[in-house]
Amino acid sequence: MMLNWLAGFLVLIIKLTVVLFFLLFVAAYLVWVERKFLARLQIRYGPNRAGKFGLLQPLADVVKMLTKEDTVPDGADKAFFLIAPAIVATTAFVMFAVVPFGSDLTLFGRKIPMVVTDLNIGLLFVFALSSLGVYGVALGGWASNSKYGLLGGIRGAAQMISYELSLGLSLIPIIMLAHSFSIVDIVDAQASYPFIVVQPVAFIIFMISAMAESKRIPFDLPEAENELVAGYHTEYSGMRFGLFFLGEYVNMMVFGGIVSVLFLGGWRGPFLPSFLWLFIKILLVALFMIWVRGTLPRLRYDQLMTIGWKVLIPVALLNILATAAVGVMIH
Amino acid sequence: MEQVVEAVKALAAGFAETFKHLFRKPITEQYPEYKRPLPERARGRIILTRDPDGEERCVSCFLCSAVCPVTCISMEGDEKPNGRRYPLWFRINFARCIYCGLCEEACPTSAIQLTPDYEFSKSTPLDFIYEKEDLLVDHQGKDKNYNYYRYAGITTDEGKKGEHIGEDKPVDVKSNLP
Repeated sequence: MMLNWLAGFLVLIIKLTVVLFFLLFVAAYLVWVERKFLARLQIRYGPNRAGKFGLLQPLADVVKMLTKEDTVPDGADKAFFLIAPAIVATTAFVMFAVVPFGSDLTLFGRKIPMVVTDLNIGLLFVFALSSLGVYGVALGGWASNSKYGLLGGIRGAAQMISYELSLGLSLIPIIMLAHSFSIVDIVDAQASYPFIVVQPVAFIIFMISAMAESKRIPFDLPEAENELVAGYHTEYSGMRFGLFFLGEYVNMMVFGGIVSVLFLGGWRGPFLPSFLWLFIKILLVALFMIWVRGTLPRLRYDQLMTIGWKVLIPVALLNILATAAVGVMIH
Repeated sequence: MEQVVEAVKALAAGFAETFKHLFRKPITEQYPEYKRPLPERARGRIILTRDPDGEERCVSCFLCSAVCPVTCISMEGDEKPNGRRYPLWFRINFARCIYCGLCEEACPTSAIQLTPDYEFSKSTPLDFIYEKEDLLVDHQGKDKNYNYYRYAGITTDEGKKGEHIGEDKPVDVKSNLP
């Protein structure tokens, strides 16, 4: 009994470590991928000085961030100012806990599910944490005692709360199809076909809302460089700025993971090992997000709110009704 | 409905355009490996040249120092026993210099000249202060044959009064004869 518990604990720790380091590593290299890919879209080279193809650039950036001075502006609310970046990064990391990254592994006659924790409310957990991430943005912006920070924080809060709604509503059809909130069950429900085939509208709404949630370019009003300097992280320096940055990229990966898990069949795929399939799908989603960044200009604030409240939410509601109607007709 | 189709079309066109750019060769010039050819009269680091005989050209007339819009040139003049003037010390603060080339235009002896060299960045501003020994070079720069003292009407080792190129004999003010 005790041994069993210990073995389970050990497996959990190993999974946590692997997932954490994998996320950190991939988030760092996602920055490289983004800079390189975006540069190509704009017929530039991107980073190519640090190491071959600039592959050591993330390492150089980390060294730079860690050695820079960690400044706290006069008049800032110190406690909140210091804790805000941690909130953003932590919520982004913890979200990945419910994403299954492979088919079950059998080791020494014991089944090990390839997910950090299979919560039966997995999807709600993701939403809860992505809403908590707003606190990091809003508090960071408010605590820096700077007008740019404050404006960025307010915009961030308004935008993320608005898009949280369409994000949640777009996934209700998925839950109806899978009969479960657990992400593991949702992946299992896609054994025969990925849900993007039957729910393209939900997929589009989710992608748009996910980009707004992770504050990526057509929706990057909270950090709009040409209006707000850097928005909510204007006053941050060194590794605290790095944490905001890291949180953003981990967020991008988590949303990539959730899109692949909910719509693209998760780790399912032929030939290649399951975790590799998930990685490929996350990367494709990330590349698509970068492509969007290279193409679209930033929305105006009223356009952002119009799309969120007047387009995405009604369409998502209609999609729920349509899915329900089709479901009733079939059964 | 038509509006939606129109909007989707416009979006797709944008995405197609950026996707096409993905396969174009980047237009960035990789600087240290590739240096863009400079214009013929590009202005960079300043030098002090010598005349064809290897003597310093600068006569420390202060014209460059006076004309310099950012007053980055300073010097102290002195005279050698053979009558030639020269700068005792000559200092250019390149951290302040704007490479306008006015000093070169002002110089009556072609001593101060601008080279096309622009690659001399330093890590400390003090390193930008160039003294005479840093500025002085062993060639004539752009003006190969000019030697100021062969034209100047003063007594030096190049000749006495009236012995210079294009100079008349001095008039004897004590005589009425032409």
